[in-house]
Amino acid sequence: MQRHFHEELQQVKDKTLRLGSLVESMVERAVTAMVDRDSNIAEETIRSDDKADALEIEIDDACLRLLALHQPTAIDLRFITTAMKISTDLERMADQAVNICQRAMELNAEPQLKPYIDLPIMSQLAQKMLRDSLDAFVEKDVPKARSVIAGDNKVDQLKRQIFRELLTFMMEDPRTIARAIGLLLVSRHLERIADHATNIAEMVVFLVEGRNIRHSSSPAI
Amino acid sequence: MADGMFVRRLRAWFGSMEVLHGIDLAIAAQQVTAIIGPSGCGKSTFIRCLNRMHEVVAGARTEGQVLLNGADLYAGDVDPVDVRRRVGMVFQRPNPFPTMSVFDNVAAGLRMNGISRNGALADKVEASLLQAALWDEVKDQLDKSGASLSGGQQQRLCIARALAVNPEVLLMDEPCSALDPIATAKIEELILELKRRLTVVIVTHNMQQAARVSDVTGFFLMGELIECDQTSRLFTNPTDQRTEDYITGRFG
Repeated sequence: MQRHFHEELQQVKDKTLRLGSLVESMVERAVTAMVDRDSNIAEETIRSDDKADALEIEIDDACLRLLALHQPTAIDLRFITTAMKISTDLERMADQAVNICQRAMELNAEPQLKPYIDLPIMSQLAQKMLRDSLDAFVEKDVPKARSVIAGDNKVDQLKRQIFRELLTFMMEDPRTIARAIGLLLVSRHLERIADHATNIAEMVVFLVEGRNIRHSSSPAI
Repeated sequence: MADGMFVRRLRAWFGSMEVLHGIDLAIAAQQVTAIIGPSGCGKSTFIRCLNRMHEVVAGARTEGQVLLNGADLYAGDVDPVDVRRRVGMVFQRPNPFPTMSVFDNVAAGLRMNGISRNGALADKVEASLLQAALWDEVKDQLDKSGASLSGGQQQRLCIARALAVNPEVLLMDEPCSALDPIATAKIEELILELKRRLTVVIVTHNMQQAARVSDVTGFFLMGELIECDQTSRLFTNPTDQRTEDYITGRFG
């Protein structure tokens, strides 16, 4: 029994990593669709969302089954409830990637407003936060999780910077407003993706230490 | 390869008191079927009807059919003793024959079936003890008294004894109730091994055990089978409100 239980736990872990990989790739391709002005990539990426949704449901079903049939306790219980929450964050990140694709398709239909410099940087940061948060989950690595949480500030700063720059564009020339808003929305989607990665990292701390550090503004946790 | 058991319109009485009110149940081969329900619901009576042990009690009788591989175990020309070999049983309190050694306990059924050559007996005893995951612990003490083993070992000895005569089905009536958690875990692990070759039916008042160990679970209440479904479905989303009330501990 223990053997079967642990095999099933491993499967949940594997599915979570697969979903994480898929989401990471969706985010990267969404921003590529924008930077390379390639709406085909955007459409393809939007179609991947079905796979992400299906994986989230598979993970939830597997966790429900484990809870019902094996009465897990302690770290196993925390792992399963954490996996359920992480799968929700990952699925939402996939939705945000879809949103970026939709903005990209709108922007690609117009002349490019300006060179895209900060948005790709934001995307790289968000993708790294996602990767690191999932590594922390698999390796039960609390310091890595905490570094993800700390990294969120940089993403927020970039979003504010992008806003200020786009604001000046819009004030100088109203014909830029539609495209500027499109870019602003992309920065918001990326900032949300980083927030979800932070959520995952906070869940990892709960998994390993049994402590809930969510919703706390104190940096010295 | 076994075909499973089919129970059709099974009714059972103790004297004039009807305790099973027409049970229909398909027991799939090479799977574990768990029977759960509150005290007095008829689950032990039910399982004893599967190997014709219910009728051994004075004044007890049954009606209906129990099919094993398509043939009714209650048909007129069937030998009940042979039924009990083909459909073996393990009880709540381990009951090794107290005056016999470990070896003789396992060999008892074989000897009664006419196997007496020492070599053949020794091979079969070893094979059965291996199947019951007990061989390593007793292989150097086969002549020790069966009663000198620990509770968990005694229960595995009883399983070996039942397995020695090549049953098609193994019935287990609350086999772990008298055992500690570690011994229980060993028996549960063993059940998962055994189902590869046999059909297992386990009665348990421990719902968590049913959830861990079985493929299909049947819920009995007051002599009726209320619901029977894949274990994963029954424990996550049962169809009948009474099933849900029982498994969530709202009664029983």
